[in-house]
Amino acid sequence: MSRSAELGTLEERKDSILRNSKQEKKDLKCDQNSVAGAVSQRACVYSGARVVLNPITDAYHLVHGPIGCASYTWDLRGSLTSGAEVFRNSFSTDLREKDIVFGGEKKLTAAIDEIVEAYDPKVVFVYSTCVVGVIGDDLAAVCKAAEQKYNIRVIPVQAPGFAGNKSTGYKAAGNAILELMDTNVTPLKKKGINILGDYNLAGELWILQGYLNRVGIEVNAKFTGDSSCEEIMRAPQAELNIVQCAGSMTLLAKKMEKRYGIPFVKISFVGIDDTIASLRKIAQLLGEQKIIDNVEELIKEEQAKVKEELEFYRQRLEGYSAAIYVGGGFKAISLIKQFNSLGINPVMVGTQNGKKEEYARIRDLTDEGTIILDDANPTELEKFMKERGADILVGGVKERPLAYKLGVAFCDHNHGRKHPLTGFVGAVNFAKELDSTLNSPVWKIIAKESGGE
Amino acid sequence: MARNFINLDVNPCKMCMPMGAAIAFKGIEKSILMMHGSQGCSTYMRRHMATHYNEPVDIASSSLTEQGTVYGGENNLKKGLRNTIQLYQPKVIGVVTTCLAETIGEDIDRLINEFVAEEEIAKDITFIPVATPGYGGTEYEGYYLSLRKMVERLAEEGSNDKVNIIAGNLTPAEIRRIKEILESFSISYNLLPDISKTLDAPYSKDYQKLPDGGTTIEEIKSMGGAKATIELGALLDEKISAGQFLEDEFRIPLYRVALPIGLANVDKFINALSKVTGAKPDPKLTEARGRMLDAMVDSHKYNAQGRAAIFGQPELVYSIATLCLENGLVPALLATGAKTSKLEELLKKDFGLAVEDTVIIDDTDFDTIRDYVNKLDVNILIGHSDGKFITERDGIPLVRVGFPIHDRVGGQRKVTIGYDGSVNFLDEITNTLLDRKYSSYREDMYDKHFTG
Ligand code: SF4
Repeated sequence: MSRSAELGTLEERKDSILRNSKQEKKDLKCDQNSVAGAVSQRACVYSGARVVLNPITDAYHLVHGPIGCASYTWDLRGSLTSGAEVFRNSFSTDLREKDIVFGGEKKLTAAIDEIVEAYDPKVVFVYSTCVVGVIGDDLAAVCKAAEQKYNIRVIPVQAPGFAGNKSTGYKAAGNAILELMDTNVTPLKKKGINILGDYNLAGELWILQGYLNRVGIEVNAKFTGDSSCEEIMRAPQAELNIVQCAGSMTLLAKKMEKRYGIPFVKISFVGIDDTIASLRKIAQLLGEQKIIDNVEELIKEEQAKVKEELEFYRQRLEGYSAAIYVGGGFKAISLIKQFNSLGINPVMVGTQNGKKEEYARIRDLTDEGTIILDDANPTELEKFMKERGADILVGGVKERPLAYKLGVAFCDHNHGRKHPLTGFVGAVNFAKELDSTLNSPVWKIIAKESGGE
Repeated sequence: MARNFINLDVNPCKMCMPMGAAIAFKGIEKSILMMHGSQGCSTYMRRHMATHYNEPVDIASSSLTEQGTVYGGENNLKKGLRNTIQLYQPKVIGVVTTCLAETIGEDIDRLINEFVAEEEIAKDITFIPVATPGYGGTEYEGYYLSLRKMVERLAEEGSNDKVNIIAGNLTPAEIRRIKEILESFSISYNLLPDISKTLDAPYSKDYQKLPDGGTTIEEIKSMGGAKATIELGALLDEKISAGQFLEDEFRIPLYRVALPIGLANVDKFINALSKVTGAKPDPKLTEARGRMLDAMVDSHKYNAQGRAAIFGQPELVYSIATLCLENGLVPALLATGAKTSKLEELLKKDFGLAVEDTVIIDDTDFDTIRDYVNKLDVNILIGHSDGKFITERDGIPLVRVGFPIHDRVGGQRKVTIGYDGSVNFLDEITNTLLDRKYSSYREDMYDKHFTG
């Protein structure tokens, strides 16, 4: 039964909130525009596109729009690089009143000229933002003219904020990547794999790449953590795409399958179980016995390394209840499993941009009574965390102060993290972080102050 | 040149207008902000504020879509307002535009008038519309403009014994300090805005979505009858000055002073208070002043070795520059993301700034600032967190102050104003210089003088 029209929730949001019931199979309403005035936690099309493309280390990211959009997204993701640092800069046309009135095309052209002259770039991504979508600047034409003039790639990313949601931005980014790949498609040699949807936060991609290298799998290209433009251009040569952040990259993987005949598989390195399952799946798909054996070897080794420590934390964490509010459904699913393996019960699970199948899976994985939400707002998060007695919230930095005000522990599973949370080491880091917050002495003091315990 | 590139901003040293509005409206009792535009703007600004203040910051959005953009955002805005009222039960709603709403020509004044006429639930709510196109200015203008619009809309003719204090964009802890100073003068006052509690709320077992505190509507109304206004902001344009409006409209004498950082600026603020109240400063203040003088003497030689780059919003840059000038620390570079011509003018006039020692740039970006920092041999950076970009690359230490500070805790509790606040801040600057010196002087001396 989905009784959600309770106090504090809007009528229009009713169908996007579900109380898990194994008997009644009702789908959660998702993939919609945010409700006006509901105080959604979502960002916009532009931000979706920017987070995906930004980690490409040697690309120039030029935001065609007013300064705010660029300012709030400067160096927004903690993606690490082993190469160029260009991506950590913010370039913007910084549109002003008169540009809005007379159009910004000239300024954009001149801005590209300036970038080319000063930095001699190979690839420039040009993002459109809200106003550019309205004043009618022809981004594509300006980019094309610049490509011809300079013989480099200047790729438009159509991302006016109002024209959809974050997923629309992922799509725009995917299209831009396809554009880049089409630059010079060399004969396909079909070797190695591409990693899609890992942004190398706190070096997570390096961990994954390390595993693959150890078992004898060659990584052809990475999307987009610690990648270079040239690397992405040679992506069509791979024999397999593995997709880590499914929300942002599945569509691109599908398109690459169609265009270059590269099959893809969704994997997740969040949590030990998913890490093991993913490594096996990749080995199986590549089909080489040597690799399959190596994978088993690696699993054994790595598991042995973390077993004791994980058990130590499991004992300290068992019995707590968790609330999850993350960007995509695929990650939420991994987190549910990871919590379960630590003896923590997920009592509320929400995402900003989950898909129907993902929500169905979340229902299967969680207990009767678990609250499932799509595009929730602070009011709902507060209400259900309280009602379900969550001890910890896993989310992004925007949700952190709310959790703390409610006396709930917090784990940042978003762009802000400074230690890796994937793979075997990541599982330990995760448990450690949970322990550091859930078992902090401050909660005892807070509980005492609040008259509890 | 003010910026390295004509058509490019490389690494912004500014935010957009609605951000300033968001901070200003947080200082009004039981208020919530509605941003008329697309969903992203509000989310970005919420995140920016949440990491600085470490408080939940709820900002509503009319979440304009393609359709609303083409046919007008009226339905989105009105529906958004209804939903926001239902969820938050606010007393005040600030309605601000973003780039998108302005570009498609939304008339929020009209829409709000209609909404109030149409809706029963709007009856007891005060609406304050402000046009803040993101491209029309920075957070600096957005902040002061919002204050002015509040006063324009609400202040009423009258006569009372209060003093209006228009606060600059200070921290919640600084607002508390201002109140202490006001209370030491035993005056009754209208403080606009008052973020002291709303953006730094004490822990309580009952969380309130709209925390207690903030300037009340009644206080803003009574600003029209006050006996004087002291506005903290020396550089702002008259058009965005709430104090100017009160003077023009209600003939309330206006004292405009800088943010009270540095001896001279704190003196000016205290003198203004003395003047409007006719009372002498509390002995405690005089004592604090004496202690500040003592501290300035104690550290003057260390400060003489500093060459600072100060960046951020104009008021803060101005006041920190004066603190440096008073203490023999060379403000080698003053940089603001906002446009301003007054910085140089005022520093020359009031502090005898020698132009050849200082580069002043406005409407600039961090790419340009960084170049000057290196060219001018700057050894200390003073400004908000984004300056870390220079620290990371060039190893020059950053003393964090202003907004946003999102890579350290406590930005909301920092106090740099008043005599004691200025001293603490000066100590932090001095110690940063000392830290640098002590960490390398043994080696430096060895390299320079040891001959074996
Ligand atoms: S610059 Fe304009 S579009 Fe960008 S975040 Fe600010 S208000 Fe929104």
